[in-house]
Amino acid sequence: MIVAEQKSLDEIKTMLAPYQKVLIVGCGTCVTVCFAGGEKEVAILASALRMATGLEGNPKQIMEATVQRQCEYEYNEAIADKLKEVDVVLSLACGIGVQTMNEQFPEMLTLPGLNTTFLGQPTEQGVWVERCQACGNCVLATTGGICPIARCSKSLLNGPCGGSQGGKCEIDPDVPCAWQQIYDRMKALGRLEALLEVAEAKDWRTSRDGGPRKIVREDLRLEK
Amino acid sequence: MKVGSNLEKILTAGYFAATGELGPPKNADPEVIRRKAEILKGHVDAVNITDNQTAVVRMSSISVGIMLLNMGIEPTIQMTCRDRNRIAIQSDLLGAAAFGIKNLLCLSGDHQRFGNHPMAKNVFDLDSMGLLRMVRDMRDAKKFQCGEEIKGPAPCFFIGAAANPFADPFEFRPYRLAKKVAAGADFVQTQIVFNVPKFREYMQRVGDLGLLDKVYILAGVSPIRTAGAAKYMATQVPGMDVPEEYVRRMEDAVKGIPKEDKAARKAAWEEEGIRICVEIIQRVREIPGVAGVHIMAIEWEEAVPEIVKRAGLLPRPQV
Repeated sequence: MIVAEQKSLDEIKTMLAPYQKVLIVGCGTCVTVCFAGGEKEVAILASALRMATGLEGNPKQIMEATVQRQCEYEYNEAIADKLKEVDVVLSLACGIGVQTMNEQFPEMLTLPGLNTTFLGQPTEQGVWVERCQACGNCVLATTGGICPIARCSKSLLNGPCGGSQGGKCEIDPDVPCAWQQIYDRMKALGRLEALLEVAEAKDWRTSRDGGPRKIVREDLRLEK
Repeated sequence: MKVGSNLEKILTAGYFAATGELGPPKNADPEVIRRKAEILKGHVDAVNITDNQTAVVRMSSISVGIMLLNMGIEPTIQMTCRDRNRIAIQSDLLGAAAFGIKNLLCLSGDHQRFGNHPMAKNVFDLDSMGLLRMVRDMRDAKKFQCGEEIKGPAPCFFIGAAANPFADPFEFRPYRLAKKVAAGADFVQTQIVFNVPKFREYMQRVGDLGLLDKVYILAGVSPIRTAGAAKYMATQVPGMDVPEEYVRRMEDAVKGIPKEDKAARKAAWEEEGIRICVEIIQRVREIPGVAGVHIMAIEWEEAVPEIVKRAGLLPRPQV
C-alpha cells in the first residue's frame, strides 16, 4: 500500500493561514489503513485545528469529508457540492489524491496534509516498512522475493557490500541488510547458485528516470 | 600486460607490491597534496587517491591524480557509484585516461549518511560490479556502457576492486570476489586486515575457487595510531575485525607513561601501531596468493616510509 504520515500541525497551520473556511478531505483507501488520512484522522485533525485557531483568537470554519478513493474522479464527485462552501481544501490523501483533486476541481486549491512516504507493508502494529520503489522492472524473481532496489541502502544488484555485519546495514543498526536477507532466503531455497552470476547494470528507463510514466491498455480503453 | 602501469608491471613481474593511499584535502590547497605525495614517493608502487571517502566533500580524485603524475608518482584513482551515473563516470574516465592515469579502483562508495552532506541525493545508477564491467568493456571491447563503439583511443585502465573478507556473510565473500573478477577486476585491495587467521581462511577459499591465477590480491593494512582508535575500529566500524589482542597491545604501549606526558604517549602508541602493522605485513606475505599490501595511513602518511622499510619492502623495484 501507499504509506503516508501527517504533516506537523504547525506546517498545516502555516499552509492554512490565508484561508478561513477549510474542507479537510480524507481518503478511504491506503491512508485509512495506515492511520494517516482516514475518516478518524480527518476528525482528529479538524478538532485540533478548531481548538488551535480558536485559542489564537481567529477560529477557522473546518468542515470534514472522506471519500472512498481520492485518486479517482468518480469518488470525488460526491464532495463537489461541499467545495462551494469553502476557501480551500486540505487533503489527507497521498500525493496522488491531492493532484487528482487539483486537476478535477481547478477553481479550488487543494493542499497536502500528508507526506507520502513510501510503498510498503505494515510489519507489526504501528510499524510500516518500505518494500517497493516501483522501478518498473521487477527483479524479485532473482532475489528470493526480497527487493534490493527498495531495501538495500545503495540499491545494489550484486550485494552484500562490505558494510554488512551481523545482518545489519552499515547505515543504521536498525536497518536489516537486504542482501543478507536475500542470501539467507536463496540458501534456504537451495538456489544460491543464482547469486553467483553478475547481475547486469539496471535499465532505469522503466523507473522514474525515464520521465513521468504512463500505462495505456488498448484492450481496456473505451471506443472513442 | 594489459595497460603497462607501474603497478601492473610490478605485479606481473612477480614482485611483492606495496601501494599507498592519499586522502585529498577538504579545500583547494595543492600544497597539502604535494607534501603528502613527497612523503610517499619512492616508498610505494602506486598511490590510491580516495573519491570523497566517507561521503565527505574533498578535492576530486582525478585532479589529485593529475598532480601526482606531474610529480612522477603513479596514481590509482578511485571511482564510486554514489555520486555519478554511468554518463558522468565514463566522461570522467575518458578525461583521466587522456591525462595518462592508468590505475582505477572501482567501488560502490560509502553511503552519504556518513558524510557531511547526508541530505544529498545519491545515485547508485551502477553498483561496483556494473562499474567494473563497464570499465573493462571500455578497455577490451572499446565500447561505452550502452554498447556504442568508442571511436579513437579508448580509456585503458588496470582495473581494481575492493573486497572485505570480514563482512558478512563470510562464506559468500570469496564468491563475491569471483563475481568481481568475472566482471573485470585485475587486482583487488582488501579491507584492512587485522584478523590474520580469518584472512588466511578467506584466501584459502579464494584459492579453492581458482581465483589466484586470475587476480592480484593486495592485503589492506593500516597502522593504528592510538588505543582509542583501536577500540573504535574494533567496536564501532561495521565490516572491521580488530582482534582484542591488538586493542590490548595499544593500551599496554602507554603503561607507565603519565597521562600528562602526551608526547611520550603519542610516540609509544605510534611505535606500537607501526610495529603491529609491520608484523601483519610479514604474516600476510606468507599467505599463498597475497601479491602485495595496500598501506592505508590516511592523515599519517609519515608512517608509510617507516613501515615499508621495517617490512623489508625497500627499495621498490624499478620495472
